[in-house]
Amino acid sequence: MSSAPRRCKSQARIGPVGPDSEPSLYTVKAVLILDNDGDRLFAKYYDDTYPSVKEQKAFEKNIFNKTHRTDSEIALLEGLTVVYKSSIDLYFYVIGSSYENELMLMAVLNCLFDSLSQMLRKNVEKRALLENMEGLFLAVDEIVDGGVILESDPQQVVHRVALRGDDVPLTEQTVSQVLQSAKEQIKWSLLR
Amino acid sequence: MRASASSHTVIGPCGGKALVSGSGSNPFQHLEKSTVLQEARIFNETPINPRRCLHILTKILYLLNQGEHFGTTEATEAFFAMTRLFQSNDQTLRRMCYLTIKEMANISEDVIIVTSSLTKDMTGKEDVYRGPAIRALCRITDGTMLQAIERYMKQAIVDKVPSVSSSALVSSLHMMKISYDVVKRWINEAQEAATSDNIMVQYHALGLLYYLRKNDRLAVSKMLNKFTKCGLKSPFAYCMLIRIASRLLEEVDEGHDSPLFDFIESCLRNKHEMVIYEAASAIIHLPNCTARELAPAVSVLQLFCSSPKPALRYAAVRTLNKVAMKHPSAVTACNLDLENLITDSNRSIATLAITTLLKTGSESSVDRLMKQISSFVSEISDEFKVVVVQAISALCQKYPRKHSVLMTFLSNMLRDDGGFEYKRAIVDCIIGIIEENPESKESGLAHLCEFIEDCEHTVLATKILHLLGREGPRTPLPSKYIRFIFNRVVLENEAVRAAAVSALAKFGAQNESLLPSVLVLLQRCMMDSDDEVRDRATFYLNVLKERQVVLNANYIFNALTVSILGLEKALHHYTLEPSEKPFDMKTVPLATAPFFEQKPEIAPVASKQPEKIALTRQDIFQEQLATIPEFRNLGPLFKSSEPIQLTEAETEYFVLCIKHIFTDHIVFQFDCTNTLNDQLLERVTVQMEASDAYEVIQYVAAPSLSYNQPGMCYTLVRLPKDDPTAVSCTFNCTMKFVVRDCDPSTGLPDDDGYDDEYVLEDLEVTLGDHVQKVLKPSFAAAWEEIGDEFEKEETFALSSVKTLEEAVSNIIKFLGLQPCERSDKVAENKNSHTLYLAGVYRGGYDVLVRSRLALADGVTMQVTVRSKDETPVDVILASVG
Repeated sequence: MSSAPRRCKSQARIGPVGPDSEPSLYTVKAVLILDNDGDRLFAKYYDDTYPSVKEQKAFEKNIFNKTHRTDSEIALLEGLTVVYKSSIDLYFYVIGSSYENELMLMAVLNCLFDSLSQMLRKNVEKRALLENMEGLFLAVDEIVDGGVILESDPQQVVHRVALRGDDVPLTEQTVSQVLQSAKEQIKWSLLR
Repeated sequence: MRASASSHTVIGPCGGKALVSGSGSNPFQHLEKSTVLQEARIFNETPINPRRCLHILTKILYLLNQGEHFGTTEATEAFFAMTRLFQSNDQTLRRMCYLTIKEMANISEDVIIVTSSLTKDMTGKEDVYRGPAIRALCRITDGTMLQAIERYMKQAIVDKVPSVSSSALVSSLHMMKISYDVVKRWINEAQEAATSDNIMVQYHALGLLYYLRKNDRLAVSKMLNKFTKCGLKSPFAYCMLIRIASRLLEEVDEGHDSPLFDFIESCLRNKHEMVIYEAASAIIHLPNCTARELAPAVSVLQLFCSSPKPALRYAAVRTLNKVAMKHPSAVTACNLDLENLITDSNRSIATLAITTLLKTGSESSVDRLMKQISSFVSEISDEFKVVVVQAISALCQKYPRKHSVLMTFLSNMLRDDGGFEYKRAIVDCIIGIIEENPESKESGLAHLCEFIEDCEHTVLATKILHLLGREGPRTPLPSKYIRFIFNRVVLENEAVRAAAVSALAKFGAQNESLLPSVLVLLQRCMMDSDDEVRDRATFYLNVLKERQVVLNANYIFNALTVSILGLEKALHHYTLEPSEKPFDMKTVPLATAPFFEQKPEIAPVASKQPEKIALTRQDIFQEQLATIPEFRNLGPLFKSSEPIQLTEAETEYFVLCIKHIFTDHIVFQFDCTNTLNDQLLERVTVQMEASDAYEVIQYVAAPSLSYNQPGMCYTLVRLPKDDPTAVSCTFNCTMKFVVRDCDPSTGLPDDDGYDDEYVLEDLEVTLGDHVQKVLKPSFAAAWEEIGDEFEKEETFALSSVKTLEEAVSNIIKFLGLQPCERSDKVAENKNSHTLYLAGVYRGGYDVLVRSRLALADGVTMQVTVRSKDETPVDVILASVG
């Protein structure tokens, strides 16, 4: 009860967007990737629901607190529909209006996740992602453009990003690295 | 679960340089903007090292992404250095340049210098470059440059490579905000793209076409027709089509047997769940859907309830929850599926399932469901807690006997953590229960008292204090509330302290035994550091010391009844033109009686506009009328009626009338609309013939009425002076005007016109027009205050009325007065009832009516009327008789 006053955003933020609003292609309000401390690894906001960095970070904190313990894929937060997915130490979020078709948002989330999964050779975890940040930037750019869903097929996305996957062939990884990542995998699978 | 923040040695992407990082192996963790910008100098080195440059660009984008602020100078510098990288042919590097251009478009200066490089890439041979280059180019293009790239855009829209076409279409959509007219010229290309085989191109083309045509309903309808017939492949495009179709259905309002509805219904059988759900949701959101039309949509949602995908279950149950608000019976078929969802691991789904069941279930299931909700209410987000509170509030109205279970539950929720919206919903709900069920009043007030002991929301604390002041003094043990109220004075901010002082004064005014202690407490409040608190305390203390019932009633518990804005204006006016006469409160327009309205059930999210003090309708009328010279000297506007329709809906001319009542006059305002496109009406007036002594003084004509442009004319009538009790009258109305025929296509009127008239329906003025509803929070005090100087009493038999409820609602409607003390609600199984009504009669005199009703064979009514003037008393008794 005596917690610091919390600003409730759900009121002003939603604005006139209602079920009666215009049919629109602008589906996605934001795409976020957070790490397991809730810190931002990637964030792209497509409208001015959260105009300042401060408000964005507060929103991300809130979203992370409400979702990181559960594995339930969808929630309604601050008047927005949030679909999410986690993988090892990463949390993926796609955010849309509460009147948006939830399955469309899921299509975006799945496309993002599957594209990254292919690009990172199923190794969807923080370290691998950070080593391929440019791949992530390009993939998100191919999936959503200014809030409009540009592509929903992960094959197409991977193809278009056309990261020189061959430049980092498996042989270049040292044996210890492979072992390290295998250990990590096992550790995580036990912890989950 | 937390990952152990063990430190890894990572082989960074930049040429095997080892980066040792201490926290979570993030090579970007401790990036310094200045260092990165320093590094960006290598962009200028020849030959270009693609890998290193790529890594630095990634760092820059990462910093931008983290919300790091770049100054214009440094951004421009980095941007210009980056442009050199176009010399490299490394694919990824080039793509990262496009991203940098887009990200820096708003921070850096002169970004347009890359236009030619981008144009070259968008028309070049490398397909991988073309789409992204178009999107980057459109990001930096403004209205003036758009024409220069128009040719390329048109080609790109119809390009056979899907990524190029999609990029061009989506960019066109963004560009519409900058230059609608240019993009509109690309409609043929978009049309061609819509026939593409690629599902995303279809979707984007359809979207762009809709945006270009949305103001032309016929074109939208044609487009819809075409696409629904040829069958699209893209599920996204189908969803868009469904949205367009349902919007069109709402607009044209041609009933649900149209092909549009058939199309939406056919989408329920689509193979994509996304489309099926969109269609079901569209049907459910259509206004005026019958149960039969809803049934197929409800049954697909029922299937989704058992889907393994949480998002689908969520979507289904959330939509069913909406159906249950309007058509609970349509959802009962899903009760079993919803029961299964109560234990869903996704708490949002479980909450929605339970609240839906609360709406559709029976009284007996309430206890069980409430128990289940309480087991996890602390785990759900505020939005859903509000949903739960709304469901409870609806339940209280439906099953008043359950209020004790619900009240306990609410008070537990009130103790939990939660944001303002959530707490407000609970407080509103508890107040609602208190007002509906007198027997829950004490426990409800006790819960609220406990809540304000530790309440961080000023608005809620003041609201509750006001409620305590109103209800507390009339409870059996008023003294127990004093402690809670005075604690606020000691501990809270100014606004709450002031509200607490007012509440204290109300206790003092109504409870003789508490008065001495209240006086002591108020005395202490006079030391307050805030002037508003001190002022209130001083004022109340001095009023209370007088120990006069009338003063107490006037200044403590029956507050001002005038419109605050009106008072402000009147006072301002008075200060501008000072006169010998003291300021007369009777000249201030009254506040329109609070308009009790069933709040629409809101979906989980309350999308409320920020509340502001708007001009009331009456203030607007007052201003409008004041601009007409004929009506300047009529004095303050007393009351404006609701608009009354004087024609059938589908006639040549459409006329609405609003009655504005002044002290000695009535102004009838006629809002006329000419629905004939081949006529121009001029000099329009409405002639009125009164059946009684009412006298028409003046007509103010509407100069001209062209097709579909509403205009106003007025008729001024003087109320009969010699017989003040003649309050009701019937008027025959005829609209008179000069017609000039017009050419419907050009709208040009003929030179010559001819006189014509049109008979309107009769208009009535009744007692209700002469009184204004005013709520007296304490009727008894007001009754004593007015005194019995002009009291009159009469007894009537209402033989045609069979129940007390019917009698009460008839009397309220007939007299047009405000029921007080919630006396409009008749207790069950009683055969007598007392109704208290209050209002103000034209001219500013308070009128109070006490009506005792007894039910025998028919209803017997004893009416007692009090006022400070004789006329209103006579008028009311005369019209009842």
